[in-house]
Order: sequence, then C-alpha cells, then structure tokens
Amino acid sequence: MNKGYTWRITLILVFIIASFVYLTPTLVSPLPSWWSGLLPKDKISLGLDLQGGTHLVMGVDTQKAVEGSLDLIATDLEDSLNSQNLRFKNIARLGGDKVQLTMYDRSSADAAQALVKKKYPDLEFLPIFDEGGFVNLQLRINEKEAQVRKDRAVAQALETIRNRIDQFGVSEPVIQREGIDNIVVQLPGIKDPKRAIELIGKTARLEFKLVDENVNATTATAGNIPEDAELLYEKRTDPATGAVSETPLVVKKKAIITGDLLTDAQIRIDSQYNQPYVAIDFNSTGARLFDQVTAANVGKRFAIVLDNNVYSAPVIRERISGGSAQISGSFTEKEAADLAIVLRAGSLPAPVNILQNVTVGPSLGADSIRKGLIAGLIGVGLVIVFMGIYYKLAGMVANLGMVLNILFLMGALAALGATLTLPGIAAIVLLVGISVDANVLIFERIREELRLGKTPHAALDAGYDKAFLTIMDSHVTALITAAVLFQFGTGPVKGFAVSLSLGIIINLFTSLLATKVLFDAFLDRVHVKRLSI
Amino acid sequence: MQLLGKTNIDFIGMKKFTFIISGIIALIGIIGIVQIGRGAANMGIDFSGGTSMQLKFAQPLTIQAAREALAKGGVKEVELQEITGGNQLLIKMNKSEIGAGKAADNVQAILTQAFPANPFSVESSTEIGPSIGEKLKKDTLVAVALSMLGIIIYIAWRFDYKFGVAAVAATMHDVLAIIAVFYVLDKEVNLLLITAVLTIAGYSLTDTVVVFDRIRENMHKSLKDPLSVVFNRSINEVLSRTIITSLTTFMAAISLFLFGGEVIHDFAFALVVGVLVATYSSVFVASPIVALWEKSPVESKA
Repeated sequence: MNKGYTWRITLILVFIIASFVYLTPTLVSPLPSWWSGLLPKDKISLGLDLQGGTHLVMGVDTQKAVEGSLDLIATDLEDSLNSQNLRFKNIARLGGDKVQLTMYDRSSADAAQALVKKKYPDLEFLPIFDEGGFVNLQLRINEKEAQVRKDRAVAQALETIRNRIDQFGVSEPVIQREGIDNIVVQLPGIKDPKRAIELIGKTARLEFKLVDENVNATTATAGNIPEDAELLYEKRTDPATGAVSETPLVVKKKAIITGDLLTDAQIRIDSQYNQPYVAIDFNSTGARLFDQVTAANVGKRFAIVLDNNVYSAPVIRERISGGSAQISGSFTEKEAADLAIVLRAGSLPAPVNILQNVTVGPSLGADSIRKGLIAGLIGVGLVIVFMGIYYKLAGMVANLGMVLNILFLMGALAALGATLTLPGIAAIVLLVGISVDANVLIFERIREELRLGKTPHAALDAGYDKAFLTIMDSHVTALITAAVLFQFGTGPVKGFAVSLSLGIIINLFTSLLATKVLFDAFLDRVHVKRLSI
Repeated sequence: MQLLGKTNIDFIGMKKFTFIISGIIALIGIIGIVQIGRGAANMGIDFSGGTSMQLKFAQPLTIQAAREALAKGGVKEVELQEITGGNQLLIKMNKSEIGAGKAADNVQAILTQAFPANPFSVESSTEIGPSIGEKLKKDTLVAVALSMLGIIIYIAWRFDYKFGVAAVAATMHDVLAIIAVFYVLDKEVNLLLITAVLTIAGYSLTDTVVVFDRIRENMHKSLKDPLSVVFNRSINEVLSRTIITSLTTFMAAISLFLFGGEVIHDFAFALVVGVLVATYSSVFVASPIVALWEKSPVESKA
C-alpha cells in the first residue's frame, strides 16, 4: 500500500507544478527575461465579451463574384472580336451564369465560337440560335467552374480584409473563413467599431469612367440614356451644415481604368484649401492607359467612381503622364485615410454583407469579469463552508480537491491557449459545485460502510470502490453534452463548453485519485479509530 | 453532521400526485417548444435575427421618454427594458425594416439628437441577420438531438432497457421543465438558454444514476420484498446524498444567479431551475416509471 501512493502523490505534484508553469505567462506580465526556450508562452486570452471588441460574421455575395467575372469575360471578348475585325451587335452577361454574343451572321458566329473556345476552354456552349435576324451565341459557366470562382472570391476577400485590418492597426485580430462563404472577423478592444466595419465592408471598386457629355444629366433617367451609358450620382456633404446634395451624372458604362492597376494610395492635405485628398499611383499598365485616355479626351470630364458613387468628375485639362492622380471629394481626414487604406489593400472581389455584428464595450467587459469573479468567490466560499461543516476534516479534503481542480483547469486552459468567456467563467463556478459532488457520493458511501461496522480503512476503500461507477456514469453523461456544445457552439458558448469538458475530465482525476491519496497517506501514518467525516 | 436521519417516505406511493404535476409541467414545456418553433415565444435575436443594444446614460432616462423619442424617429417596433443600476437601457428590435447593419446606428443617431443633454455610451450592441438565425436554429436542433441520442445510447449501454427509458424520460422532463418556466415567465429564449438546458440534461442524469444504482443493488439483495418497498427503501437510503450533491451545485448556480451580473442572469436562472427539477425528477419521475413498469407483469400473473 505504501508504494501505491508514492506515484500518485508524484503525479499530483507534477500536475501542480505544470499548472503553475503554464499559468505563469497569464499571471506574470511582462515575463522575466530568463523565461524562454521550451517554457510555455501561451496564455489564457479573454473573449470579446470580457475584454470588449467586435465580432463580425460577413457573408460574401459570391454570386456577384461570378457575375463580375462573366462581365469581365464579356468585355474581354468585345476587345478580342474587335481586334479580329469580327462584327457583332452586342456582347453582355445574361442572368447569373451566361454570356451572350449577338452576331450579325452565322459565319462570324462560327468564327467567334472558335475564338472563344481557344480563350475560354472551360466555358460550355449552348446551341447557336437565330432570333430577330441575329445569331445568338450563348456561353455558360458550369456549376463546378462557378464554384471554383466563388471559392476563390471568398479566399481573396479574406486576404483583402486581412490587409485592410493590418493597415488599420488592430492588435491580435482574428480573421477566418467559416463555412462556405462566410468570413468571421474578431477585433478585440477596438475603439471605433463603426469606422472599422465601414472600412472592412467597403467593396472599394474604383473605376475611372468618361462622362458622357452628349446627354443632359439633369433630365436623364435610367430609360432615356444611351445603352453604353449609366446614370450615377455625385454625393457631396456640406462640411458646415452636414446637408447632403446629389448631382446626377451620366457616364460611359465601360471603365477605362480600375483600382487593380493601382500601386499606392496615400492621404495628403491640400496646402491651399487645407482639404484632405488621396494621392494614387498607377502601375505601368495603368499609367500608360491614363496617359492615352487623358491625351485623347482633353476638355472632357473624367469621373472617379467608387462603388457606383461618383467621388469627383474633374475636367481633363491636359494630358497626364507619370501615372499619378488624386481623388478629392468632400471627405474628412479620417474618411480620406480610410479610403487610402481600402485602395491600397485592394477591392473586394464581391460585395460582403454583415450578417452578425456583436460589439461589447470595454466597461461592460470589465464589469462582467468583476461580477464573474465575485460570483465565483462566493460560490467557492459557500461550498467550502458547507463541506467543512457537514463532512468536517473529510470535507476539507474535498475542498482541497476542488481547489486543485480549479488550478488544474486554469493550467489546462492556459496550456491550450484557450479563450475565457463569461459563460466560461460560469462553467468554472458550476464546476466548483459539481466537483464536490463526486466527493459527496464517496463520503456518503463511506458513512454507510462505517455504519455497517467496517474499520475506517475498509470503509474508505469500499466507499471509493462502490461510488466509482456512479461517478463515472455521471461524468460521462455530462461530458457527452459538453462535447456536443463544443462542436456546435460559437464564441461564448464554445468557451463554456471548453471549460466544462476540461473541468469534467480533470474532476474525474481529482475526485477519484487526488483526494483518495490524501486519505490513504493519512490513514497509513496515523492510527485512526474514527474517521472525521 | 447529518442533514437527514433515517427517513421512511413513501415516494412511490406519491406517484399519482407527482405524475400529475410532472405531466402538467411537461405539457407546458411542450407548448413552450411549439411556440418557440413557431417563433411565438420571447425569442432572442440570435434566433430571430434583429438588433439589441445596451446603452448607458449619464443621467436617468425613463423608458417612456426613450420610447417616444424612438417613435418620433421612426423606430416603432421596439422593446425597451431598464437594467437595474447605472441608468442602463436595453433596446431590442426584431427584424428591422431598415436593413441589417443600420438599425443600431439609426437608434444611436435618434437618441443623440433627442437627448443632447444626456450623453450615452454603447455598452454592447448585437446585430444578427436572419440567415444566421436560421442556421443557428438548425445547428441547435442538431445539437439537442445529438446530445439526447448520446445520452440515450450511453444509458442503454449501462443500464437495462427499462431504467434507460426512465432515465431519458426524467431528463426530458427536466428539459421541458426549464422551458416551461422560461415560457411562463416570458423570459428570452436564446443561445445561452439552450446551453443551460443541455448542461442540465447532462447533469440531470447524475442524480438519476445515483438513485438507480442503489435500486439495482437492493433489487439483487432482497428479491422477496415487493418492488415498491425496495424502491422506497433505496430512495430513502440515498436521499441525503441526492439532496447534498444537488445542494453544492445549487450553491454555485445560485451565486452565479445573484452575483454574476446581467449578462448571464437568465442563464444562471435556468441552471438554478434545472438543478432543482433534476433532483425532483430523479426521485419522483425516474424511479416510479421503473417501478410501474417492473410491477405490471408480476401483477398480471397474480
């Protein structure tokens, strides 16, 4: 028997030391310089509900990404057909998965088909058909190819959002993909969540479009403008009154230059009017295009369009070479800085929608921690007093087991780098109650055995043996639900499940092994006539 | 110290009375579940979608004044609730007409304009789109079904058939009882409640298992005694453990309920209710079901 508990005591001591080692990074900050090498650095991080911050779930509108790439294909085919001198009436996206080429005759349709086959081998052809004297050629993007594009769009959106957040400057953000087309963003301790959300959620599709000077914008409606033009609005906010004015503008649908040709965007302050603006630099392709377009359109207006809003439409006074331009508009310094960030980080391949936004202020988080701690301490106090009174010395052994339980649990949480949430704290408090449960089962059994006239040692062994299965049963069933919660829960609920399942496993160890060894060691050394139970 | 001496209570004999009580509770619980399924209960925005905000004002603000200001600003479908202590206001809007992402901004703008002399800070703000709510509903159903299945399989493996069914019935009873209480008190049904319910489902079995273990033990020991006597003796023998194990967990839950703060108040309440009904059901639901079942073939032979 003597040998039996040496290894158990060693094991407990090892666990105690390990727990303290793992908890050191959480408790000591900053870590001393000698704390390096193999020593753990992970610490228990606080969930957003405790430290304050914003949790966003964003859905990427992947259908729009597919449509966008079909639009690109349509534009590209226009250029290709033009350069091959193939005449066509119209090329445009049709619905969500098709591009339609309307040709004048069969032979040019056949030629176009050959060209498309070479350029886009992944597209499916629908049978060519005649309609109203024209020949229609339809291309369809198949399910699989569309899925690939959707998938790419989400991955790209994730990358872009990560870039934007990095440049915005948030410490320890979490940005990850969830499910097929959702992105989860966690911004701990963020001060201005509204601004961050606008920054993250902006599609930021920058386009330079020529203004259609032949149309009177003031009388234009969506119906009476040429087919290749569109009606957009320039919004201006009066900085003094805050009033918003909208000026209609008719621009060519086709974008001459887009945001992906940018290499840099910086906020600058206009020295004359003290107005912020964003200075942008194009890459070589963009610079060449910009040079050509400005040279060919001196005297006309060039609209700078972001997400279908006209920021400004300056008149091209002269040919601009050198590949830089500026975007001015009625924005504040913050807005200009954010615009520069989104332009630098690039546009999102598809619009994103905010599906869920949970923001917790820092004071509520601090309040939750404080109240959680108070509730925990009171719970622990109640249980300790009750067990001490009801089971006397044995009760104190159970209490010691409970304290070990909490220590091990915190150590395990730290070792796993787990996140502590308010429900997680609740789980720990609940465990205080549950952890002495097991000891209650054992003690009651021991009392019964003593009443039957057994010696203290025999009663003790019998009590532990007979209560073993009951304790196992109750722990396993509790563990089943905790595991399910872990699998399905998000955020705070997951925190609850983590604490609960770890706690249950640890409790099994402390109640069956740790408290028993204390009794054994005591009974072996001291000859006890009556158990204090 | 001992809470209870030797007791000799006829638990099984009380089954007519307790079955009626449990039946009523379960019925209300089922009604509650149906109403939750229809979305007619007090649904939290994590299931229904919508916006909820907790605002902390510098000075006291009556709900009436806030409601009028919001109505003037065009926000009419809104639930307002005062949080005790510190001039806090809870604002809840189900599916806003304004569109996701804008409702919280809108409320802030209206209140800033309406009460310029009473500035406020946003303690927390939650906006949930309907698609998330739908997904969550589905996930929750799967989670509840899976954990029940897991428990049933485990119990079926550990106990024989009749005990297993009775244990599951008692667990179901506890789940229904928590839902019944929340439904009757019109408390919010949200993800935390589901978490509490599942936790209790796991916990509830502890008490049942304690009683069942003893019943099985005694059934082997005294084959001659009538079953109801064996059952009653077993329950009386383990009564003090049943009560004390629940008592310690109850102490932890009640301190969470009383001191844990607003955020987990309802969650802790569900735990408190759950611990209580779990104790009740192990004695008054689980055991009598087995007793009834075991007895019937004997009686029919006689």
